[in-house]
Amino acid sequence: MSVTVFVPGDSSARSVGADEVAQSIARVAAQRKQPVRIVRNGSRGMAWLEPLVEVATDASRIAYGPVAPSDVGALFDAGFLRGGDHRLRLGPTGQIDWLRKQTRLTFARVGVIDPTSLDEYAAHGGWVGLRKALAMTGVSIVDEVMQSGLRWRGGAAFPAGIKWKTVLGAVGDRKYVVCNADEGDSGTFSDRMVMEGDPFLLIEGMAIAGLALGATEGWIYLRSEYPDAERTLLTAIDEARAAGFLGDDVLGSKKRFDIRLRRGAGAYICGEETAMLESLEGKRGMVRPKPPLPAIAGLFGKPSLIHNVMTLAAVPLIVERGGAFYASFGVGRSKGTLPFQLAGNVKHGGLVELPFGVTLRTLLDEFGGGTASGRPIRAVQVGGPLGAFLPPAKFDVPLDYELFAQAGGMIGHGGIVVFDDTVDMAKMARYAMQFCAIESCGKCTPCRIGSTRGVEVIDKIRAGDRRDANVALLRDLCDTMTAASLCAMGGLTPSPVLSALDQFPEDFGLRTAART
Amino acid sequence: MDSNKVADAGTPARTNTATVTLSIDGAAVTVPAGTSVMRAAFEAGVRVPKLCATDSLEAFGSCRLCLVEIDGRKGFPASCTTPAEAGMKVRTQTEKLAKLRRGTMELYISDHPLDCLTCPANGNCELQDMAGVVGLREVRYGYEGENHLTAEKDQSNPYFTFDPTKCIVCSRCVRACEEVQGTFALTVEGRGFQSKIAPGSGSFLESECVSCGACVQACPTATLMEKSVADAGQPDHSVITTCAYCGVGCAFRAEVKGNQVVRMVPHKDGKANHGHSCVKGRFAWGYATHPDRITKPMIRGAITEPWRTVSWDEAIAHTAREFRRIQAKYGRDAIGGITSSRCTNEETYLVQKLVRAAFKNNNVDTCARVCHSPTGYGLKTTLGESAGTQDFDSVDHADVIVVIGANPTDAHPVFASRMKQRLRDGAQLIVVDPRRIDLVRSAHVEAAYHLALTPGTNVAVLNALAHVIVTEGLAKDDYVAARCDPAEYRKWCAFIRDPKNSPDAMAAITGVRADDLRGAARLYAKARNAAIYYGLGVTEHSQGSTTVMAIANLAMVTGNLGRPGVGVNPLRGQNNVQGSCDMGSFPHELPGYRHVSDDSVRALFEAAWGVTLDAEPGLRIPNMFDAALDGSFKGLYVQGEDIAQSDPDTQHVTKALSAMECLVVQDIFANETAKYAHVLLPGSSFLEKDGTFTNAERRISRVRKVMPPLAGLADWEVTVALSNALGHPMSYAHPSEVMAEIARLTPTFTGVSYEKLDRLGSIQWPCNDDAPEGTPVMHEKQFVRGKGRFVVTEYVATPERTSRKYPLLLTTGRILSQYNVGAQTRRTDNVAWHDADVLDLHPHDAEQRGIVEGDRVCVRSRAGETTLRARLSTRMQPGVVYTTFHHPDSSANVVTTENSDWATNCPEYKVTAVEVTKAGASSEWQRRYQEFSRRQDDLLPD
Ligand SMILES: Cc1cc2nc3c(=O)[nH]c(=O)nc-3n(C[C@H](O)[C@H](O)[C@H](O)COP(=O)(O)O)c2cc1C
Ligand code: SF4
Ligand code: SF4
Ligand code: SF4
Ligand code: SF4
Ligand code: FES
Repeated sequence: MSVTVFVPGDSSARSVGADEVAQSIARVAAQRKQPVRIVRNGSRGMAWLEPLVEVATDASRIAYGPVAPSDVGALFDAGFLRGGDHRLRLGPTGQIDWLRKQTRLTFARVGVIDPTSLDEYAAHGGWVGLRKALAMTGVSIVDEVMQSGLRWRGGAAFPAGIKWKTVLGAVGDRKYVVCNADEGDSGTFSDRMVMEGDPFLLIEGMAIAGLALGATEGWIYLRSEYPDAERTLLTAIDEARAAGFLGDDVLGSKKRFDIRLRRGAGAYICGEETAMLESLEGKRGMVRPKPPLPAIAGLFGKPSLIHNVMTLAAVPLIVERGGAFYASFGVGRSKGTLPFQLAGNVKHGGLVELPFGVTLRTLLDEFGGGTASGRPIRAVQVGGPLGAFLPPAKFDVPLDYELFAQAGGMIGHGGIVVFDDTVDMAKMARYAMQFCAIESCGKCTPCRIGSTRGVEVIDKIRAGDRRDANVALLRDLCDTMTAASLCAMGGLTPSPVLSALDQFPEDFGLRTAART
Repeated sequence: MDSNKVADAGTPARTNTATVTLSIDGAAVTVPAGTSVMRAAFEAGVRVPKLCATDSLEAFGSCRLCLVEIDGRKGFPASCTTPAEAGMKVRTQTEKLAKLRRGTMELYISDHPLDCLTCPANGNCELQDMAGVVGLREVRYGYEGENHLTAEKDQSNPYFTFDPTKCIVCSRCVRACEEVQGTFALTVEGRGFQSKIAPGSGSFLESECVSCGACVQACPTATLMEKSVADAGQPDHSVITTCAYCGVGCAFRAEVKGNQVVRMVPHKDGKANHGHSCVKGRFAWGYATHPDRITKPMIRGAITEPWRTVSWDEAIAHTAREFRRIQAKYGRDAIGGITSSRCTNEETYLVQKLVRAAFKNNNVDTCARVCHSPTGYGLKTTLGESAGTQDFDSVDHADVIVVIGANPTDAHPVFASRMKQRLRDGAQLIVVDPRRIDLVRSAHVEAAYHLALTPGTNVAVLNALAHVIVTEGLAKDDYVAARCDPAEYRKWCAFIRDPKNSPDAMAAITGVRADDLRGAARLYAKARNAAIYYGLGVTEHSQGSTTVMAIANLAMVTGNLGRPGVGVNPLRGQNNVQGSCDMGSFPHELPGYRHVSDDSVRALFEAAWGVTLDAEPGLRIPNMFDAALDGSFKGLYVQGEDIAQSDPDTQHVTKALSAMECLVVQDIFANETAKYAHVLLPGSSFLEKDGTFTNAERRISRVRKVMPPLAGLADWEVTVALSNALGHPMSYAHPSEVMAEIARLTPTFTGVSYEKLDRLGSIQWPCNDDAPEGTPVMHEKQFVRGKGRFVVTEYVATPERTSRKYPLLLTTGRILSQYNVGAQTRRTDNVAWHDADVLDLHPHDAEQRGIVEGDRVCVRSRAGETTLRARLSTRMQPGVVYTTFHHPDSSANVVTTENSDWATNCPEYKVTAVEVTKAGASSEWQRRYQEFSRRQDDLLPD
């Protein structure tokens, strides 16, 4: 009997040598005539432990990590195939504190199963939601989503159910489900981890949406830098189609739903939903004005449900267990769980899925373990490059969409980037403007010209050139960008800039104390 | 009134019948649902600042100047992209909005040269205006930041410059090129601050740009700017008039400074063009003041003598004397006149009146003979009226569009843009043409079927289509029963069902696959609304009239007549082909297509004119030439027409002209015909006179005088003077009086007057008591002739056949930048696009003859030969070659034959059997022509 060994095929694990480790295990196993079956699973999300190798023993899966190819011989020597002890042994995977303390609803299967195995997906509760949905009306599916309290996970955090309702009610000879998998925020990777680690989950979520809304086609707009996810998804789509979960007759229902995948244009702005639609239509990724809402006139002018991967991936569970079940997690109006992503200068980076309500401090201390540099944390940026910088004084605010927003933050897609006390916040503010200047689609004036002027004004401030006047100008500029930009790219760029200025005025050569 | 600035509602009008009422700054306004808040504000008299919006384009939402506040809504929605909703309370002026607008404007100006005082747009620049409106007083960013001020100017287009230093990246140009023109020549390159407008990868001239000017017009700054404005400065007033080029008949605003035209801008309210134009009307008007213009009357005794400049009085008296002498010597019928499709209705009317009343014969014909006479005949016979059935707007309702023997993107560009809009919106297209014209496949347009037939087989193709429709039960029997003559229909059905007309039988003749014929027939027949548009590729054939009738049959049998979206639509070549035909230019017809043999009609005109009219039809142009050659026809008055170049078989024509004793040419240039003339009367361009043109959709539009006639008299005044000298008194103070006479005498024009034209902008005839504001769509309740008449349209092969000696078929046409014989366009910078006619041939035919791109080749037919340069093109099918006829020195009509339409003598320009060989030097004809031309040029005064 061969022993099953899990070596993540996730691209982050591969980037630190998982392929070599897997090869090495296969080679040594062959040499030692100890048959193994190597499964390239998704990542468990503990970045500092990758490559994290797991061995399936009778009792449980035993984890070892981070494993280097050079460790493999010793691992065999230590009898790791039976869970033997070794310097790298982490114990039963599920018992690792970091994982044990999480609430993995969306990520329940990620790292556990073979990502493209239909059998394993089914064995771990896959397709239950879809089968259930086939017996439901569109309205009742939408009701479940409504009840679940699920909100847009791509950033804007509006209630998903309302979007579903709008698409359901929109008239069109054709409707689309569009998955935004452009995952452009710096320091985020939850979409990728699901697509690489549990692609059927996304497929199932999209199929349920398609059935509910009468959409026959799903399109995935995939970040161009995600070749592994592309491969995995394409395989999974083919498998799902061959098995009747997609195609002209989904599970014998006579209903059609199929999925195609498009590689993104490699521009941050193409993650903005209307620019994404333009890009999907083969045009330059330029933001469209709203209205019309994409839910009414989206892809090719047809009603389109656009969601982030995380939003769609939450759907199968919501349908399977009911909206109320999902809504039983979280706090206030922030229901369910959010896969937070710890990155930047952090000791234990990775994916932490928890119900809303947890504080930044918990995430940073209990999970993150402080900075990688060992120096004190000075700021974190939550919600991607357009998110605000927060000083430690705000780390106790619960991560609840409303409360966090009141504190000047934005949860967004759940990315958390950590900076230690060597950070120059004026430089970070400049970087935020620069990012906007480079990534702006160039359509609207406040963003197109404003971001470039923003960089210049910050430079003047940093150089001490008429500092007060230029700070006033920067604030005016930020006001113009916030209020007048066409989309959130220009509209939210002031948020990192002003938070840096307000929370860390000393970095701009100002003596004024923080105002809030 | 500031005539240069046209009110702009910001976003297009909506036609929704449902309305919403909202409040703008406290004032209630009701607009069609779907109207933008910006336009609603405009309707309420409130101008919201804007830069990226203009009412010819869909809203874009990029400049962010038009932000407003709406009660109950977060933030500051852009009024251009926000639809008005019932009960909305909108505020367009608040302190916050003022600050935001100023902030945005400050950003614009931080990347803009401070050149206002020396800028060609000074005084007519939206950016400048908006800076004023928002009250920008300082640019705190300074001007040292990153900018585009060193970007290079593109001067490649002969008519406009592109100065990117002044660009505000509003994309109005890009959108105009896409939405209005449909060429997709412009793009925005780069992202963020680096975004810039680019015409593909090279310069404007090298790009796909067709120089329609839509982008220039849309540009709110001096970035895209007419060179003429840069040269002359801003105009001081403007005059609405009508383009004198093609049969689209675009309305233009001539912007004028004193007597100098500064630019021509398509008129937004023009019903034929809705604010769009093509390179010719928009830019190629410089010929009007070209130094080649004839500005003084001239006479000479013989064509070998030098011209002598004389006074108008002398020229007129001389001409009258000569005509009287000739009539005395050779008989009353020895003289005649030719009216012009470029001149106004009033002028044409006067020329035919001159011939009938003063010459006292019916020897009047028109150059429409050589283009659309079969249209008149065919449509009159089948439907009862010699005109297209629709207005241009009708195409918006068509679901299937059939284009037969027309190349609208080149010949009727403004209508083509309209058609392409509709095609992009989902209508399907069938092209019937030997060549792969642009429409077959261009940006975002692709034909469902391209029936690339052998030239000369139109009737065969149309019969096959009809065969499929009838035999597959696709005929609209109810419609036919209600509206058409049953006996004729039965006869036609029996004919068309005959297997000889089946697609399989016709495939061999036409070279079109039977399946394609079937598919196209089904597509056409099953469409909710299907419209046919056709051009000279239909009429200029030996079966031209038959083809027109076959088209009418097709439309009748499928019920595609009598409502918007359908119809039979001839695309007229010249600006006033329709009008010149309407005005009684044909030898057998008095104005309004009434036969001269009709006693009551003649009596009407006799009473009005105080003369006795000849009841016999006069000579057609070809008959005049024949009569000239046999010595019975000696004097001809040719107004505004270059028969020596435009008529077929040039050598035959010039021989006939040489046989005349008094050839009077009235033209703005000493054209080819003038080389054979004895009297040269300076013509007046459309800018120099008042009158009307009638376009392809029967639309009568005003031509308004923009500057005084260079030679002192407008064309109509010359005709009047000549008539008076000949003893038939004419007295009109103004062309409006001529129109009043036309209206009095012509039932389809009864309701037309200059006053009404001024009020309505334009009128589609019939305009009378039944239709006081004109008739956009004809045959609505019943056909003009009563019951529609099916005519049996037997396919008869043209006598012009390929042989071993002449194995190729030559077909002719025109291109966008040039116009007909080129007299005007060759005298403009349009030569930048087309400085010589070339022969297009398929690479396969070229290879067989050892011809490579650019070779000088000789094209020889039974009629003659000429040489030009070869261009290899897969647009051609093997066996078919193509050229244009814009340049006299390559004169394609030396090669075309005397074959003509059986019914109307319209020449068969579209099919000539030829051989093409590599040529060393010019042809014999060309050498003789060059020598003759040189001598004639020497005879002109300096
Ligand atoms: C500049 C910009 C970039 C964005 N990038 C992404 C992205 O990479 N992925 C994503 O899912 N949503 C992104 N969004 C949000 C999308 O516009 C949109 O709200 C989202 O795809 C909707 O999905 P959701 O309802 O699941 O959030 C971006 C928005 C902006 C303004
Ligand atoms: S804010 Fe920036 S990214 Fe968004 S539309 Fe405007 S220019 Fe484009
Ligand atoms: S002139 Fe016309 S074709 Fe040329 S770029 Fe402008 S809009 Fe396009
Ligand atoms: S060229 Fe003119 S119309 Fe085009 S983007 Fe620049 S300013 Fe706007
Ligand atoms: S030539 Fe024709 S299309 Fe061009 S502007 Fe004149 S009327 Fe319009
Ligand atoms: S006019 Fe509305 S955004 Fe420019």
